[in-house]
Amino acid sequence: MKQGVVEKVSGPLVVAQGLLDAKMYDVVLVSDHRLVGEVIELRGEKASIQVYEETGGLGPGEPVYSTGAPLSVELGPGLIESIYDGIQRPLDAIRAATGDLIHRGVSAPALNREKKWEFVPTAKIGTEVHGGDVLGTVQETDLVAQKIMVPPGVEGTLAALEQGSFTVEEPIGAVKTADGSELALLLMHRWPVRRSRPYVRKISPSMPLVTGQRVIDAFFPLGKGGTGCVPGPFGSGKTVIQHQLAKWADADIIVYVGCGERGNEMTDVLMEFPELVDPKSGKPLIRRTVLIANTSNMPVAAREASVYTGITIAEYFRDMGYSVAVMADSTSRWAEAMREMSGRLEEMPGEEGYPAYLGTRIAEFYERAGRVICAGSEGREGALSVVGAVSPPGGDLSDPVVQATLRVVKVFWSLEDKLAYKRHFPAINWLTSYSLYTRNLDSHLRETLGDEWIAMRDAAIALLQKEAELEEIARLVGVESLSAGDRLILETARSIREDFLHQNAFHEEDTYTSLDKQKALLSLIMHLDGRMKEALERKVDPLVLFAVKVRERIARAKFMPERDLGAVLAIKDEIDQEVDGLIASVTADILPTTAEKT
Amino acid sequence: MIKEYLTTSEVVGPLMLVEQVQGVKYEELVEIELPSGEIRRGKVLEVDQDRALIQLFEGSWGVDVPNSRVRFLGRGIEIGVSPDILGRAFDGQGRPVDGGPELIPDARLDINGSPINPCARDYPSEFIQTGFSCIDGLNTLVRGQKLPIFSGSGLPHPQMAAQIARQAKVLGKTESFAVVFAAMGITFEEADYFLSDFRRTGAIERAVLFLNLANDPAIERISTPRMALTVAEYLAFQLDMHVLVILTDMTNYCEALREISAARKEVPGRRGYPGYLYTDLATIYERAGRIKGKKGSITQIPVLSMPEDDKTHPIADLTGYITEGQIIMSRQMHKRGIYPPVDVMQSLSRLKDKGIGDGKTREDHSDGFNQLFAAYARGKEAHELAVILGEAALSELDGAYFRFSDEFEERYIQQGTEEDRTIVETLDLGWELLRTLPASEMKRVRERFLKKYFLQEAE
Ligand SMILES: Nc1ncnc2c1ncn2[C@@H]1O[C@H](COP(=O)(O)OP(=O)(O)OP(=O)(O)O)[C@@H](O)[C@H]1O
Ligand SMILES: [Mg+2]
Repeated sequence: MKQGVVEKVSGPLVVAQGLLDAKMYDVVLVSDHRLVGEVIELRGEKASIQVYEETGGLGPGEPVYSTGAPLSVELGPGLIESIYDGIQRPLDAIRAATGDLIHRGVSAPALNREKKWEFVPTAKIGTEVHGGDVLGTVQETDLVAQKIMVPPGVEGTLAALEQGSFTVEEPIGAVKTADGSELALLLMHRWPVRRSRPYVRKISPSMPLVTGQRVIDAFFPLGKGGTGCVPGPFGSGKTVIQHQLAKWADADIIVYVGCGERGNEMTDVLMEFPELVDPKSGKPLIRRTVLIANTSNMPVAAREASVYTGITIAEYFRDMGYSVAVMADSTSRWAEAMREMSGRLEEMPGEEGYPAYLGTRIAEFYERAGRVICAGSEGREGALSVVGAVSPPGGDLSDPVVQATLRVVKVFWSLEDKLAYKRHFPAINWLTSYSLYTRNLDSHLRETLGDEWIAMRDAAIALLQKEAELEEIARLVGVESLSAGDRLILETARSIREDFLHQNAFHEEDTYTSLDKQKALLSLIMHLDGRMKEALERKVDPLVLFAVKVRERIARAKFMPERDLGAVLAIKDEIDQEVDGLIASVTADILPTTAEKT
Repeated sequence: MIKEYLTTSEVVGPLMLVEQVQGVKYEELVEIELPSGEIRRGKVLEVDQDRALIQLFEGSWGVDVPNSRVRFLGRGIEIGVSPDILGRAFDGQGRPVDGGPELIPDARLDINGSPINPCARDYPSEFIQTGFSCIDGLNTLVRGQKLPIFSGSGLPHPQMAAQIARQAKVLGKTESFAVVFAAMGITFEEADYFLSDFRRTGAIERAVLFLNLANDPAIERISTPRMALTVAEYLAFQLDMHVLVILTDMTNYCEALREISAARKEVPGRRGYPGYLYTDLATIYERAGRIKGKKGSITQIPVLSMPEDDKTHPIADLTGYITEGQIIMSRQMHKRGIYPPVDVMQSLSRLKDKGIGDGKTREDHSDGFNQLFAAYARGKEAHELAVILGEAALSELDGAYFRFSDEFEERYIQQGTEEDRTIVETLDLGWELLRTLPASEMKRVRERFLKKYFLQEAE
């Protein structure tokens, strides 16, 4: 191992002299504590290193060892249900080894070295194999079967492959490469986090990532393989949305990256996910989840790495042909970590002190999402969706991180503090948010929910827009001076907001709504709207009409269990009965003779 | 052996540069002996070959370039702890100021602490009754939470913080608890208010105080909260106590930090505060919580005054991004004579959801507060409408909401400085106020609870 010498220590930045063979992004070990660091700048004989652990107590003259390899993650069985820090150190194993507090210089392998996995081969010995070809499977949890693939870049003839139980380091077979040498195949391999894993080609998303969150699925859907962002001021609900997505999104694998946020939020996931069951499989949600936790008080450089660690693990599962979703909370903390390192390197600052390459880094990150034809001869299709929270100062959307993100992502869920103050959750502003996937996903939705769903949804969105205009007028002249028809628009729009869009993440029924139930709920509101329009035309008194009792039934419908969908739909009959009754009474008033007769 | 250097080459603001040093480590504690024999302390901010940049903890008056003797102590800043620390008062640097003897420490702890492994944390879920309806009912505090008070100059945050410290209890339990109080740059009067309150209630016996007042050197404040939290961690995780930490005023702390950053000529972030303010504050606020298998806990109530009452000011903003909610004081309500002048709409406790409900507070709590919020929000809208159109022009329902929100502020939020409401009183009061609205408006309340608590039908 080549050795250099520390020259300068300034926070997480260490400058070393004499690391002659170091390459950019190589991992080095600093001092005899062997603190992990990464070369981020090379100038003559000097290498600038960002250190992923606390640097207190380091000083000039201490040794720096180069490893000659870039920052990489271990990929193989054992990832699921793990919780890692930003550079894939297993936090549970570290706790077992060193106690409740994280001390520096501790290391533990990311994947358990002792555990044996049952490997069932599917590839045939003697065939030509390439990177991405499936060799066999390991049932990792009852929800996830890992496909063990030929690592990217490896090709040749499959010389051996065995069934049996193996640790991640024991050979399961071998490939004879073109030069005649034999390469052992293991259950695990490594991949550098800053390089995206290869795939054949990208295709555009056409299936919705169903999240069970009504405002998202109905109004601003995310495609499988798509990208979205959730910007908003503190306390507006970014984390709750990310948690809801991690819980209920119909992805096969979830990678949740807690990047520079609160420790308790990770604990929340750790304690809650084993208890929650996946609506599809009935199994605990944790069995499809990988957690990366580099909380705000953990070293800032490892925070910078955490999003890359997360997305690389996600790409690995995507390569197996799975639909994977990555939540990154919060990408602003990642950007701030970049800014801090850049400042210490005394780089020329761009906007708000962020480095000039901020936009490029953000774009590169989101570009790793996508629906793809995976590497390998099978032509598997995989999808990697990414949702990033953004935490702009003061909630100001002109923030460089928000702006750079909006340039690349296709879905914008804009959280507004005014809505959060009113406890309208999710506080997604229905007027300013957008999804650029809507059109691509509609053909699928037409098939599953029918044309009427699209029509109903568009009508609902139009009503909300109309509401905003009418509210302006009403503020000036008073609601009373609006026409009855306009007041109906206000009534229906309020109902859409309160009875459909408003969704309580902490209510056992309300927390998740299937698409079928979403359609049923919206159809009740729109049905009432249609019937009321009719009643107004038939001269029913608006004040009486707007006070119909069935309103309350509609308001409570979202709390009815999924299995009672029939009962939800049956509320339509109550609507008809009540409105018919009102229409009939008016008709009776106008034609008293008929009424007398009956 | 400790070497001494006489090679100081520069003193700029709170920073000094020492040259030709050897074996100096980053963050190492430094002692500077002035020609007068006085000892100052500092820490290594950066070390580049044989040059060490030192941040002084006590300001630079009297430090002279050629004659100050600089010693590097080979360790970080530490504080001595022992069970006898309870009842003691220190200055912002951890030196006794109560005239008592030097503490004989059982251990010396690095004041920077180490991050709690997220796997080791236990989720805070034990309800703390503060006796304030606006907190207990709507923004519930739980053990291990960090819940700041965002205030402004002249607002009664000392009263409120002291009242919380006085009244806070976990129902049905008598456990050993302690208060750690860190004052940073507050006035003598304000500090004295807290001290006399602690004395009056006897809390002083179980309190540890760190006092850096307005006329003490600003730069000293940098280590004050970390000393306080190190002691809190000792009490909580070694002596099994439930510790309430009050840090006031964080704004003064941040200003000291800005001063150092400016002296280093760092690229400033928003409004001149350093770009790493978020990370720095996180290393303070994240030192709250619970640890699995440990009896004790640390609950933090940092207090900060928002410059110009602006909550988008970086100090308030970044605090809000780290803490688990916030209690926001409103000058407008204060002017109307409401105590505590808490803007409940903008206030939030993020951990309330797991700290309330059956077995913790009461089964109807969640539905009740959702409904109260919705009704209050609607009432506020009615007030806005009334400003434009006049109260008489409001519809019957809007009128009901209009009156509801007034009652809510005057009876629910408002209470006396000695008034300690139980959670049952708070919840019942909520229903009583809601009953001024029609039952059909209780859309956020489950039918079961509507019958039981709103309509008060027997089950
Ligand atoms: N869908 C929801 N249902 C009920 N409550 C919600 C919902 N979304 C948010 N909340 C409430 O808002 C609070 C704040 O939400 P959250 O922690 O997600 O904010 P955030 O935007 O992530 O803030 P920060 O940027 O500070 O991390 C939650 O603790 C919860 O009380
Ligand atoms: Mg959050």
